[in-house]
Amino acid sequence: MTNTKPKPYWNPYAAGLGLGLVLLLSYMIAGQGLGSSGAFARLEYWLLNLITPGHIESSPYMAKYFANGANPLSNYLVFLVLGVLAGGFISGITAGRVRKTVDKGPRISNRGRFMFAFIGGTMMGFAARLARGCTSGQALSGGATLALGSWAFMFAFFAGGFMAAYFMRRQWQ
Amino acid sequence: MNFPLEPQGAFSLTTGLLMAFIVGIGFGYFLEKAGFGSARKLTAQFYLKDFAVLKVMFTAVVVAGLGFWGLVSLGMLDLSFTFINLTFIWPQIVGGLLLGLGFTIGGYCPGTSCVALSTGKIDAVWYILGILFGIFIYSEMEPIMNSFSNAGAMGETFVWQWLGVSPGVVLLAAVLMAIGAFSLGTVLERQKNGVVQPEGAETE
Repeated sequence: MTNTKPKPYWNPYAAGLGLGLVLLLSYMIAGQGLGSSGAFARLEYWLLNLITPGHIESSPYMAKYFANGANPLSNYLVFLVLGVLAGGFISGITAGRVRKTVDKGPRISNRGRFMFAFIGGTMMGFAARLARGCTSGQALSGGATLALGSWAFMFAFFAGGFMAAYFMRRQWQ
Repeated sequence: MNFPLEPQGAFSLTTGLLMAFIVGIGFGYFLEKAGFGSARKLTAQFYLKDFAVLKVMFTAVVVAGLGFWGLVSLGMLDLSFTFINLTFIWPQIVGGLLLGLGFTIGGYCPGTSCVALSTGKIDAVWYILGILFGIFIYSEMEPIMNSFSNAGAMGETFVWQWLGVSPGVVLLAAVLMAIGAFSLGTVLERQKNGVVQPEGAETE
């Protein structure tokens, strides 16, 4: 490792082609697309059930993940997301892009960035439950299968992204 | 071969989970290659400087869409064994909007935050804690969100059904829309010299 400079990112069409083929493969193998917010929810319900099982039982919304003695972690999306962590690392380490950093623009402190990351993450977690999926589960997967609601979701997602841009310019630009 | 394999009993649960892990590696690999482990790169889309989010996402949707509907029309992929996202139009529009806001505020989405985490971004740790907190709030509020989250239920509805055309027409329209948006994006990227690369990256 004499060269420590990070490699540039790929051409977006090449990365998009790769991602599209992985998405297609997911449908061919498992009969479902890609997703990630569902895995976060399953992990969270599994942890909650360890701490306070009675609370899970009292909520039909959360209890359905444990129906008939099921383990919420024994699931396609959970193992998919474990793979995402590994795949991201493999790509990053072979391109010199694994570094302990805070990703932000020059005009905001680390503390400010962490605060917005937490707030944005909270909105994302809430919204992904409401919409029954996130950028991968709805926009990518529902987009490819031409599901009507997923296309409405995709346009709303881009609209929301642009709406917040002006107010967040000090964080990024 | 009859696709999809797993729902038609082609292999065991354990094999299925192993397959999920392998598919996930591919997913994470291409997300990172696209630069989606970087919040600066992702959010530059919404300042019209770097169109990678739109280009990668739409290329993937079109490629997978053509493959998916191609296999269906050849009779090689059985829709009755395939999960299709159900349409609940109002929560999907409001949820999508809120997700977009959260994306620009927080810098990632759930999938990209995993890739950011595995490439060392400390802000991604806070983002992921936020996701878990947001899921917790929704799950606790679910009894009062329930009626809205089921508003506009249309079941398994495809864009082409809704428009009364064939899947091919919708895919062709998506391809044309993508080409138009990509060309416009490339013009803006060049004007602003806006494409984000890793800090200190080697130049090709």
